[in-house]
Amino acid sequence: MASLGSPLRTLRSLLRELRYVSAKAGRPYRDMAAYQHLREAFRAHRITSEKLCRAQHELHFQAATYLCLLRSVREHLALHQVYHARGERSTEEAAGLVGLKLPQQPGGKGWDP
Amino acid sequence: MWRRCQRLFYAWPPQTPRLCPTPPFGGPRLSLPGTARTYTPPTERKRFYQNVSISQGEGGFEINLDHRKLKTPQAKLFTVPSEALAIAVATEWDSQQDAIKSYTMHLTTLCNTVLDNPSQRNKDQLIRAAVKFLETDTVCYKVEEPAGLVELQKNEWDPMIEWAEKRYNVEIGSSTSILGPNIPARTKDTFTSHLASYNTWALQGIEYVIAQLKSLILSMGVIDRHIPVEKAVLLSRLEEEYQIQRWGNVEWAHDYDLYELRARTAAGTLFAHLCSESSTVKHKLLQD
Repeated sequence: MASLGSPLRTLRSLLRELRYVSAKAGRPYRDMAAYQHLREAFRAHRITSEKLCRAQHELHFQAATYLCLLRSVREHLALHQVYHARGERSTEEAAGLVGLKLPQQPGGKGWDP
Repeated sequence: MWRRCQRLFYAWPPQTPRLCPTPPFGGPRLSLPGTARTYTPPTERKRFYQNVSISQGEGGFEINLDHRKLKTPQAKLFTVPSEALAIAVATEWDSQQDAIKSYTMHLTTLCNTVLDNPSQRNKDQLIRAAVKFLETDTVCYKVEEPAGLVELQKNEWDPMIEWAEKRYNVEIGSSTSILGPNIPARTKDTFTSHLASYNTWALQGIEYVIAQLKSLILSMGVIDRHIPVEKAVLLSRLEEEYQIQRWGNVEWAHDYDLYELRARTAAGTLFAHLCSESSTVKHKLLQD
């Protein structure tokens, strides 16, 4: 069985991701269907005294997977917008990416002393 | 209008060649040599709707963008079998800010692929494609040097192979030869019949996960909830992680790939789980 940490922590992280999503939609996250669905699902599976409750583990795994999806999409999009969303880079920018600078030629290109 | 994004909205199987003689409308464009900027990013559609909601129809759950029903690229009605999946898809559409970025909408993409089936594959072909990965399974190919990586693979991959052998009662083994391990026919049959127990929706998700992780064993690990998605992605990229530790991490290549792989794997796993579960509401009997 996968160790996923505490379900409460997963729920909190999920709500944080939903807040990012709702900020884009411009609405409070409590109005989102996803929020209501998650809240109900977590509430329905809360009451159990079993040491290992299969249904609860399944729900928790699903929640953790969804959290991974939302988080990774956000991080991937952030990197995409910084590095890949603006088309081809100029030679200076491309050199800067790997920590290099273009050589300076005092007399312009093709100048030979 | 939908035709435009058609190509971008499917989860293409890895075998299908993605090359086309003319770049798709809206796709990246290459201009003639000699011009200053040769590559411009693909154009994206604007967010043309305000509210996203779901409703229950005859064939399942549907997505509404304002008052229009969401359609697939082939103009079929977009319906999904599970409410939770519909909510997740609706959340994807809701999280698009100004432009619709199809590459962030993995669940929508998977649903479209099942509904339209652009590669025209039936269930048997899907299963065959999935089991074929076992012959070249990532975790079955080991290296002989460098010593650090050999040990890492032994410590991380061997428990996974052992788990799969025990869980499915089969023989898998591993190899350091370029030809890979000899997988007995019985092992393949076992996996074939196991995969056949899933429905087409779930199977599409599983096949997608396998194609991402390049490993049937790791994929069954996440589908059976044995390891979390992050762990499966880590194990799939073990050699890359080893090289990163040695040579350093490059954000715009390594992290970019990592997050994309994680997002795709998580989407496929969630999709498979949501599509294969029956009603999960079970009331506990009260005891005095």
